[in-house]
Amino acid sequence: MSTATDNHASQTLPARPKELAMHFDNLHQQFHSGKLGMWLFLGQELLFFCGLFTAYAVYRGNHQDLFHYCHWFLDWKLGAVNTVVLLVSSLTAAWSVRCAQLEQRTGLLITLALTFICAGAFMVVKYFEYTHKLHIGATWGGSFSVATEDLPAQLLERYPDMTGEKLKTMGAGTFFAIYFCMTGLHGIHVLVGMGIYIWLFIRALKGHFNRRYYGAVDNVALYWHIVDIIWIFLFPMLYLIG
Amino acid sequence: MAGGVVEKPADPAAGGDVYRPLAVNYINKFKGIGNWLITLDHKRIGIMYLGAVTFALLLGGLFAILLRTELLFPGTAANPEVIASNDWYNKFFTLHGAVMVFLFIIPGIPASMGNFILPMQLGAKDLALPRVNLMSLWLYWIGTVFFIGVLVLGGLDTGWTLYPPYSSGRDVQLTLIFAYTAVFILGFSSILTGLNFIVTMHKLRPPGMGMYDMPLFLWALYATSLIQVLATPVIGITLGLSIVEHLFKIGIFLPEYGGDPVMYQHFFWFYSHPAVYIMVLPAMGVQSEIIATFSRKHVFGYKAIAWSSIAIAAIGFIVWGHHMFVSGQSPTAGIIFSFLTFLVAIPSAIKVFNWVATLYKGSIDLKTPMIYGLNFIYLFGVGGLTGLFLASTANNVHLHDTYFVIAHFHMVMVGSVLNAFLGGVHLWWPKMTGRMYSEFWGRIAAIFVFLGFNLAFMPQFVAGTRGMPRRYANYLDEFTIFHQLSTIGAYLLGLGVVIQVTYLIHSLFKGKQAPPNPWGASSLEWQSDSPPDHHNFTAKPIVMGPYDYENWEYVSENRGWVLKREVVETRKTLAKADH
Repeated sequence: MSTATDNHASQTLPARPKELAMHFDNLHQQFHSGKLGMWLFLGQELLFFCGLFTAYAVYRGNHQDLFHYCHWFLDWKLGAVNTVVLLVSSLTAAWSVRCAQLEQRTGLLITLALTFICAGAFMVVKYFEYTHKLHIGATWGGSFSVATEDLPAQLLERYPDMTGEKLKTMGAGTFFAIYFCMTGLHGIHVLVGMGIYIWLFIRALKGHFNRRYYGAVDNVALYWHIVDIIWIFLFPMLYLIG
Repeated sequence: MAGGVVEKPADPAAGGDVYRPLAVNYINKFKGIGNWLITLDHKRIGIMYLGAVTFALLLGGLFAILLRTELLFPGTAANPEVIASNDWYNKFFTLHGAVMVFLFIIPGIPASMGNFILPMQLGAKDLALPRVNLMSLWLYWIGTVFFIGVLVLGGLDTGWTLYPPYSSGRDVQLTLIFAYTAVFILGFSSILTGLNFIVTMHKLRPPGMGMYDMPLFLWALYATSLIQVLATPVIGITLGLSIVEHLFKIGIFLPEYGGDPVMYQHFFWFYSHPAVYIMVLPAMGVQSEIIATFSRKHVFGYKAIAWSSIAIAAIGFIVWGHHMFVSGQSPTAGIIFSFLTFLVAIPSAIKVFNWVATLYKGSIDLKTPMIYGLNFIYLFGVGGLTGLFLASTANNVHLHDTYFVIAHFHMVMVGSVLNAFLGGVHLWWPKMTGRMYSEFWGRIAAIFVFLGFNLAFMPQFVAGTRGMPRRYANYLDEFTIFHQLSTIGAYLLGLGVVIQVTYLIHSLFKGKQAPPNPWGASSLEWQSDSPPDHHNFTAKPIVMGPYDYENWEYVSENRGWVLKREVVETRKTLAKADH
């Protein structure tokens, strides 16, 4: 301790990597600090979505019939396509971490771009789902007003005397409030993720990452996995359970 | 050559009776306000937080003075106004509560003192994630701007809890949306601070410092951070949904669109009850440091205090229903929540007993921070015990929404937290600013705060048990004496705070130069200079127990306490042996 008389400890240590921030001793410590921070952030994300999952459980308990009727408004095929798209993007996200670790620059750029493209595809499908619902008036709260001829065929098959007016008085708006809030918040997370993947792509293009410094790729992939996992829960809860 | 520690000998005759502070410290290292606004230095961020929360304290205090003045006289049907209309009275208590809770108490101790002191107590150069720290500060400012927007646009009268249906049944109300947005953003500021603290405590501890070698202030911050990270997102989503609900009428909480207002209360208190521990746990941490330092004695029951912080944080998550005993919650739920609430009393009492045991046979030095420390024990005792009255469901039905509740939570949230905040400011003021404040005025102000505080809230317990409901602008004549005593107490308390602000600001310009360790405290931050270097320490601090006061000896008023020579020599020998 008597040797460290300099204000900048960095100057007394030989070969301090340029990626190492002033207040860390080594890249290992820096990497794991970032990673722990990301895990805590993911914990925070789960609790953030928890409010919505609780609201879903409460309203589903109170309006079981309503959730049964309304789930036919959601097209499970589109939901399944989106699930596959997100799972593939999780694969490419994990792959990008491996590429960064192995310093495979081309592979890293390709996997980052693929993740971004999958996220974009997810949002395109989501866009068509949303516009269709807005178009037929399957919306939240008191604004729900679907004409009987726009009701889903499966619903009318099983309950031929069901009308749009009946659904409205039963409070179908509540189902769509929950649906739009949950998928909307998830969609915002996907959009944020797309933004971050652009940033990662630019950094990768500039050659910022190497086998000792790839924390950003790793942490963003972690974030991307949680966005994926939340969808894995949303899909059956909203689209599949009748 | 950390401030007066390694190179300057302990003998005043040899070293002279002068402490020479660093010529370049964290305050004057970089100049210009732009540099402060984008700084990554935890010390500067802590100082800016300290300024901001003090501003919030004064603003919230102003509303308290206004509403107490309105309550000075009962008001009659013919002439209900003392200084303001009933509508304005509603706005006063709403803004008092909201500003104090969201802008002052929650960020108060962790964001200001925690930010400044935590890395230094670990002997680190900064928090683990400095950019996240800066982002948290900026989010705090943006949230504050939204709150100021609420004030400018005419205030808010829903009560600080923003409950529907108080907050429903009308057109889109801009002030309400602003308030939701403000709290939403402030929540993320709080989450980022907590996240950063946990990472720092895990990853930046120096070699030789295990978790059990950390000062208890850090254990308290650790427990606080856990709550910040895990509870705050729930209020985030609640208020996020409330914003969407008011804009698009979606029907989650508002009954007129098919929503459930009681669910709002559940969500709100799922955060806001643990938030009470976000407020009080750091205060307890400061308290542990103050009591041990000014008793000059190793803190009694280190592990008990450390783990009781964690226990309070854990139990704190499952007691929220006690805010809703009269909200139509089932009796079974009521009984469970009542039982769990009683459970929190145990770790809280463990702390109090340990502080008292630390005082026992200690060499007590009644410096200003210690006066606050003793205030804390007494006020927290009263606040905690009256909490037990409220935790039992039968009593609660009688006392719910009366002044008894007001007095109870002010005893804890203001009595304890404000006292610890002020005590902490005085404890670390020499380290933060390099200046000593006036001990005389410090003690006077501390006594004002204590007397004013008791006068303000003790009568409210009596008024509450006799049925005085909270949030009423007028009252029956029989309550006059309680309200008048309480208002006088509030003025005294306000006076105490004004005295403090005055002499603390005065000390910045005229105060004596502070030595590195004016108190003889033993945690690592006292081995740095006053004020510290930009990198905190000019040499690596000697890692030792946070309560090993026997390692320090008093030299003189100018030099303060320095590490004993044999301690330094032993460490040097050990370090050489290691190599």
